[in-house]
Amino acid sequence: MTTVRTPSPSVLPAHRTDGRNRARSGRRLDRAFSGLTLTAGLTILATLVGVVLATATFAWPAFRAGGIGFFTGTTWSSQTNTFGALPMIYGTVVTAVIAIILAVPASLGVALFLTEVCPRRLRGPIVALIDLLAAIPSVVFGLVGVLAFHNVFQTVFRAITGPKANGSSLLTAGIILAFMIIPIITSIPREGIATVPGHHREASYALGATRWEVLRTAILPAGSGGITGAVMLGLGRALGETIAVALVVGSAIQITPDITQPGTTMAEIIANRFNGEGMGIERNALMGLGVVLFMITIAVNVAARVVVNRAQRRNAGT
Amino acid sequence: MQNIPRKSRSQLRRFGVGIVLAGLVVTAGACGSSGSTKTSDSKNAASTTAASGSSNAFDPAKFKDITATLKGSGSTFQQNYNLGAINVLEKALPNLKISYGGGGSGQGKSDLADGVVDFAGSDSLIKPENLSKYKSTVLYFPTVVAPITVSYDLDGVTGLKLDGPALAKIFSGKVTTWNDASIKALNPSAKLPADPITVCHRADASGTTTNFSKFLVAAGGTDWTLGSSDTIDWPTGTQGAQGNGGVAACIAKKSGAIGYVDFADAKAQKLTFASIKNASGSFVEASLKGASAAAAAAAVKDDLTYDPINATGADVYPITSPTWVLVSSTQKDANVAKGLGAFLTFLLTDGQDSSFTDSLDYAPIPKALATKALAQVDKIKAS
Repeated sequence: MTTVRTPSPSVLPAHRTDGRNRARSGRRLDRAFSGLTLTAGLTILATLVGVVLATATFAWPAFRAGGIGFFTGTTWSSQTNTFGALPMIYGTVVTAVIAIILAVPASLGVALFLTEVCPRRLRGPIVALIDLLAAIPSVVFGLVGVLAFHNVFQTVFRAITGPKANGSSLLTAGIILAFMIIPIITSIPREGIATVPGHHREASYALGATRWEVLRTAILPAGSGGITGAVMLGLGRALGETIAVALVVGSAIQITPDITQPGTTMAEIIANRFNGEGMGIERNALMGLGVVLFMITIAVNVAARVVVNRAQRRNAGT
Repeated sequence: MQNIPRKSRSQLRRFGVGIVLAGLVVTAGACGSSGSTKTSDSKNAASTTAASGSSNAFDPAKFKDITATLKGSGSTFQQNYNLGAINVLEKALPNLKISYGGGGSGQGKSDLADGVVDFAGSDSLIKPENLSKYKSTVLYFPTVVAPITVSYDLDGVTGLKLDGPALAKIFSGKVTTWNDASIKALNPSAKLPADPITVCHRADASGTTTNFSKFLVAAGGTDWTLGSSDTIDWPTGTQGAQGNGGVAACIAKKSGAIGYVDFADAKAQKLTFASIKNASGSFVEASLKGASAAAAAAAVKDDLTYDPINATGADVYPITSPTWVLVSSTQKDANVAKGLGAFLTFLLTDGQDSSFTDSLDYAPIPKALATKALAQVDKIKAS
């Protein structure tokens, strides 16, 4: 192998300064650093406020025209300019709930397997694989759902519920979302469980508890805050997911109790409809959906934070 | 590696990243050129017409000194045609760079109004109430026509025949099973199952939707009440998909599905088309010949818009979609104006060669219309 050599740097500046200089420059650096971090923090805040203001302002005509009907109406029509968000809110909530129901047991299983059962040597590679799952772009999940699993889902659904069942449906979207949030729901409880003090575990074993009893009485209660928080984060992700859902949900504006039928979500319809020509109020209405989605996601995230904080305080107290 | 100084090691690493990136660029380039084999045939076809010296031949020498970069977006219906033409034209005029992103006719029109593209592709006209959003007069350049197929996926049923009222009932959810009397009446010998019908339609704002629903307005009679628009308030129980390709995929995978898809995408997915009853009472299967007949039968307005939907004539395929390239008459940049002139001239001369259009699954517009459109190219001026 040929090596590329470059002349090493001839001057190393750190050794030149005397103590006083260093102290002065240190103070200056301190100030600069705190200024820098303050700016970074304020940027986040400003972005958030900016997004809320911009979307709400843009959506205002739709809110004003629709009133409360914007949130409770079941018709979304660009032909008659009637915009009711309920079918989208329904689809968003249903797909996210399906995802949570499927993903939580699977994720907890993985987390407990990794911390309690898995041989130490395998743990690293498996964690890396799960993290890799989180790195797959969502459009890839959507395409896999459409191209590889559509027919499988359709055949299975039809076998269970009859010939009307559709491979592109609320249930399909929920299943794809479940795969997407498993890494999120796995990682946080895994770290939480790993920090359960070893002596809790040992004490339980010493009392003659079986492995299951140890899990149930010593480990899960200590990790419960982390688990709830992780579920909330996963829920937030599932609510906002756009492109994967747009590809598999079937884009039909309807409220149907049959989850094997096509439906829609707020993010899906924004992605598909935002391209219209001079759409006037429909564009405002789509932005309105954005505001509603934003509010729901914020509420979920705040709830997650509250739950996690409360659990941490309780754990600290014991 | 041990005795290499740290800095040069990091440089090595960066060098490695560079190699990987360069490799990616090379592969991407290779993919680009290998993907265009189909159009290189078309190039030969196009250049032979030029050599044969027909009256409407493209002369690259006239446009040699143009350096411009053009951006376009819109209709996915005309996307394959545009990309094929751009591929040939960019070889003849290496200083002219043209890109065309899809997004649907709706997106093309709003992008043109916002001034983010130099030209838009659209299968539908600008609504009168939106005209004020455009900075200057928008010129319509008709380029090609093609049929919109009514494709379906039904085990053991080929050669399905449908008419306007039957389609209107299916697409508005009044007919929900394949063995319904209205379908049976048109296909007495077909073995129609009792399966439910799944309707696949566009989820995005689409000119294909406009033209298909225009046919239902014209031929569906009282059975069609949903009007004609880029987006339709589809009944419950139907399914949406993005782009013509998305609808084709939606039909291809479902036993019992039906939907409207442009000719090129329907052929690419090997879908089965229904024959549609035209205004003269004959059932015609979607074909380029039927589309040409429809375009020839339609009356052309002064702004070069025309409506081949449900045209009269025994050979006419009634759901034939027109498509236009939309350009603002006043351009800020003189080079862009000239570049648009070269692009449109090519589309309306060599781009009309039937061996070229056939290879891309489109039919040329009637000669008289192409000549009128070519004359309109001079109206594009730089301010």
